[in-house]
Amino acid sequence: MTGEHARPGAASASTAAPRRAALMITCLADMFYPEVGERIVRLLRRLGVEVTLPPGQTCCGLPLFNSGYHDEAAAVAQRTVALFREDEAVIVPSGSCAWMVKHEYPGLLRGSADAAAAERLAERTWEFSQFLVRRLGHTAFETDVQGPLAYHDSCHLLRGLHEGIAPRTLLSHLAGAQVVPLPGSDECCGFGGSFSVRLPEVSTSILDRKLANLEASGARCLVACDAGCLMQIRGGLARRNSPLRALHLAEVLK
Amino acid sequence: MTEPIVTTPLRERATNALGDRLLHEALDIATTRFITLRREAFDDFPEGEQLRDRARAIKEATLQRLDTYLEMLVANVERLGGHVHFAATAEEARDIVLGIARRTGARMAVKSKSMATEEIHLNDALQAIGVTPVETDLGEYIIQLAHERPSHIIAPAIHKTKGQVAELFSRELGRPGLPADPEVLTKIAREELREKFLQADLGITGANFAVADTGTVVLVTNEGNGRMATSLPRVHVAVMGVEKVIPSMTDLAVFLAILAKSATGQKLSVYTTLVQGPRRPGELEGPDEFHLVLLDNGRIAQIGGTLRESLYCLRCGACLNVCPVYRQIGGHAYGYTYPGPIGILLTAMINGPGSVKDLAHASSLCGACAEACPVRIDIPRMLIELRREMDARRIAPWTERVVFKTFARILRSPWLYRVGARIGRIAQRPFVRDGGIRALPFFFGHWTRTRDLPPMSARTFQERWRDL
Repeated sequence: MTGEHARPGAASASTAAPRRAALMITCLADMFYPEVGERIVRLLRRLGVEVTLPPGQTCCGLPLFNSGYHDEAAAVAQRTVALFREDEAVIVPSGSCAWMVKHEYPGLLRGSADAAAAERLAERTWEFSQFLVRRLGHTAFETDVQGPLAYHDSCHLLRGLHEGIAPRTLLSHLAGAQVVPLPGSDECCGFGGSFSVRLPEVSTSILDRKLANLEASGARCLVACDAGCLMQIRGGLARRNSPLRALHLAEVLK
Repeated sequence: MTEPIVTTPLRERATNALGDRLLHEALDIATTRFITLRREAFDDFPEGEQLRDRARAIKEATLQRLDTYLEMLVANVERLGGHVHFAATAEEARDIVLGIARRTGARMAVKSKSMATEEIHLNDALQAIGVTPVETDLGEYIIQLAHERPSHIIAPAIHKTKGQVAELFSRELGRPGLPADPEVLTKIAREELREKFLQADLGITGANFAVADTGTVVLVTNEGNGRMATSLPRVHVAVMGVEKVIPSMTDLAVFLAILAKSATGQKLSVYTTLVQGPRRPGELEGPDEFHLVLLDNGRIAQIGGTLRESLYCLRCGACLNVCPVYRQIGGHAYGYTYPGPIGILLTAMINGPGSVKDLAHASSLCGACAEACPVRIDIPRMLIELRREMDARRIAPWTERVVFKTFARILRSPWLYRVGARIGRIAQRPFVRDGGIRALPFFFGHWTRTRDLPPMSARTFQERWRDL
């Protein structure tokens, strides 16, 4: 996937790029991968975006929602909607959390006092790569990462938000980086939230397939836009003492 | 409730399947081929996307007036000289077929592939009254010889390698030393089955569609066995779920354009058999009697239920082929007649939500099923709905419900969230080695037995924020 998809700037040309954006750090990035958040903040600041972090963030509630605890998920959604009520743009480092806010919050809060605010938040929420490409229209970055890169499509980003182009656009524009196709890039890594511990053997077997495809691709580093996939894929690579790496897109861009 | 509840835990069933090397090999080859063929078929067919929307709309519109279309179908089948029976349950459906078999003095029934007759466990019932059922679809024939049940909706023997089939044929048909050559094996099956077609008094089939305004029952097959089973025996019985009715032949054209492409990547299946009642005066071929059994078995209740969309299903099997879980464990591990993502929904429809307490979680919710489904059934959403029902009806284990409700309480309070993070950081200390966690006790071991866990960062991003 190369240059022909890389004209997203045109779509957002009519609306001025935002000067301020709030970061929804999400629970996994907050607790396990804070460096991803740091990279995002530095990158955006360099692009002239003032990043804010509304205090008191927890989790978007996706694990509750997916396991069927919808009243509980709605209570969490209500809190999150209130936290980001005033923000012009909200950036999320994981496709699955962005999907939760954009696709499920409005339904969960329909008929409540927060329904309109949930709709507004859904419209203003961006997954990280989408924000760069489709909102800022910025695709030129550099990288320190050595060796060929391969992109893994996170399920919620690809099939939930229908986004497979923005991250690839960013990677294909990286000066000096080689991007190789990942066989079965659109196949699940086997994480699936609580699925990974409810059926751990199946989850791992699905992961094995992903890792075999990564090895076959010739890439030295897998790139993804979801902390859940990264936890799964890195967990598998580390267990195998693999020399290959898995990074969040924000850790690749400079 | 029609099927015995499977008691072996799902995780154990799945783990056993994962340990079966031949199963893994067979599944990987077959599903990969199906995925490629399906993709190529739709790549060559730009109008496919629009037709999928159209097909979905037809299914929805038909469901809204299902009673009208069923009445129309019944009237037209009867006008053509056929008999229509309505079965509210699997037991009733079995009794109807057994009644026909007894009354007509049948001794042998040739069957064309049918998931509906699998659903009502018809073969065992026929055998019990002395009627020998013979499966005539090659895949079904293989699994009948092996005394197994289908592990895929359209490729029932998908879990077997050609080597296993050669061994099975050698043993069961008394022809030692057969080669693992699909052509040779198919020829042998054909010889065996030809005899049966000529002997059988009863032909039993399913139906892919039934056209209301003409009374036509439509069978989509690749081997011609459907045509033989509907024309050679004296009596033909078709068993179909009530949701298979479609309004008109124009609608049929829409479905035929996408069904085989979704199932096997073929433009059309080799045979599309249209059955209109029994043999009429002056016709040379066809049965003396034609019976259509309309099966409810939990379907009608779902027209207004959470599983409504699963009534759109064409039984093409595309969602199985792309499902990462199905591709690893195969169909038998699911435990019921219908495997795969759609199978979980159909199992819940037939046997109640309690039957899928664990199966409802046998999905990473990756969405590949919904994307592959020719009528775009939102399977992940309905799986989530089923999970919601597990909580609401207290089917989920109380321990799980307590854990999730406690978790929810923590997420509603930034103070509890911070405290939780601190406790986690302290508790993990004894387990961190070289920047990773390789083993954890209790429930957490479900992760660490096969994967490393990253340690929680010494400072969360929110704690680092003021220094950024």
